[in-house]
Amino acid sequence: MTAINHQEHFDHKIDNDITIEPRDWMPDDYRKTLIRQISQHAHSEVVGMLPEGNWITRAPSLRRKAVLLAKVQDEAGHGLYLYSAAETLGITRDQMYEQLHSGKAKYSSIFNYPTITWADMGAIGWLVDGAAIMNQVPLCRTSYGPYARAMVRVCKEESFHQRQGFEIMMQLCKGTAAQKKMAQDALNRWWWPALMMFGPTDDASPHTARSMRWRIKRFTNDELRQKMVDVTVEQAKVLGLTMPDPDLKWNEARGHYDFGAINWEEFNNVIKGNGPCNKERLNTRRKAWQEGQWVRDAALAYARKQASADGTPA
Amino acid sequence: MNQNLHQLNYILQLADNLLIHAQRLGEWCGHGPILEQDIALTNTCLDHIGATRSLYQYAAELVNQLTPLERQTMFTSPALEQVFTKGLPAKEDDIAYLRDAWDFKNVLLVEQPNEDWAYTIAKCFFMDAYHLALYSALKSSNNSVLAGVADKSLKEVKYHLKWSSEWVIRLGDGTEESHERMQTAINERWAYTGELFQASAADVAAMEAGYGADLCALQTTWNAQVQSVFTLAKLSIPDNSWMQQGGKEGRHTEHLGYILAEMQYLQRAYPGMEW
Amino acid sequence: MQTFFRYGDYGDKDSTGGANASVNPVNQNEWPLWEVFIRSKAGLDHKHAGSLHAADARMAIENARDVYTRRNEGVSIWVVESKHIHATLPDEQEEFFEPANDKVYRHPTFYTIPDEVGHM
Ligand SMILES: [Fe+2]
Ligand SMILES: [Fe+2]
Repeated sequence: MTAINHQEHFDHKIDNDITIEPRDWMPDDYRKTLIRQISQHAHSEVVGMLPEGNWITRAPSLRRKAVLLAKVQDEAGHGLYLYSAAETLGITRDQMYEQLHSGKAKYSSIFNYPTITWADMGAIGWLVDGAAIMNQVPLCRTSYGPYARAMVRVCKEESFHQRQGFEIMMQLCKGTAAQKKMAQDALNRWWWPALMMFGPTDDASPHTARSMRWRIKRFTNDELRQKMVDVTVEQAKVLGLTMPDPDLKWNEARGHYDFGAINWEEFNNVIKGNGPCNKERLNTRRKAWQEGQWVRDAALAYARKQASADGTPA
Repeated sequence: MNQNLHQLNYILQLADNLLIHAQRLGEWCGHGPILEQDIALTNTCLDHIGATRSLYQYAAELVNQLTPLERQTMFTSPALEQVFTKGLPAKEDDIAYLRDAWDFKNVLLVEQPNEDWAYTIAKCFFMDAYHLALYSALKSSNNSVLAGVADKSLKEVKYHLKWSSEWVIRLGDGTEESHERMQTAINERWAYTGELFQASAADVAAMEAGYGADLCALQTTWNAQVQSVFTLAKLSIPDNSWMQQGGKEGRHTEHLGYILAEMQYLQRAYPGMEW
Repeated sequence: MQTFFRYGDYGDKDSTGGANASVNPVNQNEWPLWEVFIRSKAGLDHKHAGSLHAADARMAIENARDVYTRRNEGVSIWVVESKHIHATLPDEQEEFFEPANDKVYRHPTFYTIPDEVGHM
């Protein structure tokens, strides 16, 4: 086939909802965009383990400790599934780590905020996992096969994450005044960063149209953000918490909630590395990776010794 | 000490070992050498928490049956005592979160810091080999709760031991650096292994009454297990035979205080609340 | 330099088009990639579950257990190092699979049997 033929064939598949698989011809930009998107997503899962992970040792009950551990562990799994999906595109996990550790690759800016109280475990599960699920469910039908299949697995596992977070919030909200204050404080701090998770507004996202055509994005940032607002407002009512947005009100004509302006300056600042925890998160990841080097080397050295003793090539 | 207290102490020894071990292993979550192993270690940690919860639930039942005098002999933890002052029954979390360090009966080994992967593997391997022998014995305990926990945990610990043994071997026979790190970790932690087989009054009472394990027999199995893995790993058992002890009697290293301060902080700062 | 293969990405980079992975220097000390196949319950086939990294086969099986069967997803695990999987090329699609399209007589519905014969 000629290059033109390849392109036509690819377009035909995209237009007809046929999955693209690793060995299929694909345009360079499609491959590059996917590598960036999937690896960023993977990095977010892995860095995302840190803010919650730092409460594992302080979880206030053994049940909560087990749930939190299982939840953070799931995020490691999600990172793993996504790195694997990206690896089918011709990049290795080590190379992706290199990009993360050098600061070249980005991850979701939400994980650069600190987890200050136990209620943050609730707010993260409820809002951050909630927003992630909203982003991820449509990706189960994305055009790239390995990505779609990874997302199916991720989404199946995510379903308990949001519920456990909401349960934490509920428990706090029906607790003492101090506990309820803790819950409200967490909502106040996490709400806006959670809305920023959907990315810049549609008019500021130049690649949205192309990504939508490629089905590596299925709804626009603003569509998903609106959905998040609509759903969360109702859930906050159940909790008896106040949404930290004075401009929030139901718009009968639109059939949606109107909400206040997002502080994009803050968003850009955090992306640039000036969030409260950017340095700490990245340093933690680097440290874990560097300190693990001798361990990984040892395992490989041992495996090679064994293989040569067996007479099989390593 | 009467039989009730011995029994409770025996259960607490088992449960506290698992809890403090799990607490330390939980520190690894998100910081492992590679994602796959991060996930593996968390699985083990979750197994320990599952077992410790069953044991604390049982311990709470036993605590609730004690007379006030027995309770005072047993515990000197004002936060726990307050639960009783309020006329409430103790629950699993009260036992875990409201006791002070001197009421904890875990061995000193599990409270030692993780240091690095080699130290952690050494600790896991020693504990896994111990737990395998222990649960194998407790399966035929005449206490049905203990026998049940042992039966369930046995399947888990077989896997844990496979995992930690393989890592001991891999590190011992991997690179020069890993060999040295593994041997150092073993040398440093070896002095904490003797306590596992040092019978406390509770251990003696438990064995005599038929619900506990015979520590001498356990030690023989454990030694053989350790020796065979070390041989494969090209590692050696340290010459120094001096053994630290005190954990089973509530005399701990400095580390436990910090562990509890962190673990119990919410329960202590916001007493009596549900989470 | 040694060529590295990945699942679904074996050799023949030219025919798959797009960015060429071998441009990037690959870390020779990265644990190899493995493909994991899981039998979800007795009687069923093993099905591709995903990939992971492991230093050797033993570890790959254990990692697969820890990563892919945490929710009771399996009763048996196969692993194979990704470089050992061989696959059809997309360019062979037509000659491989289309000739089977018109062999309708291989399917039971091709044949008419009187109703009174019953199930056959
Ligand atoms: Fe996730
Ligand atoms: Fe999640």
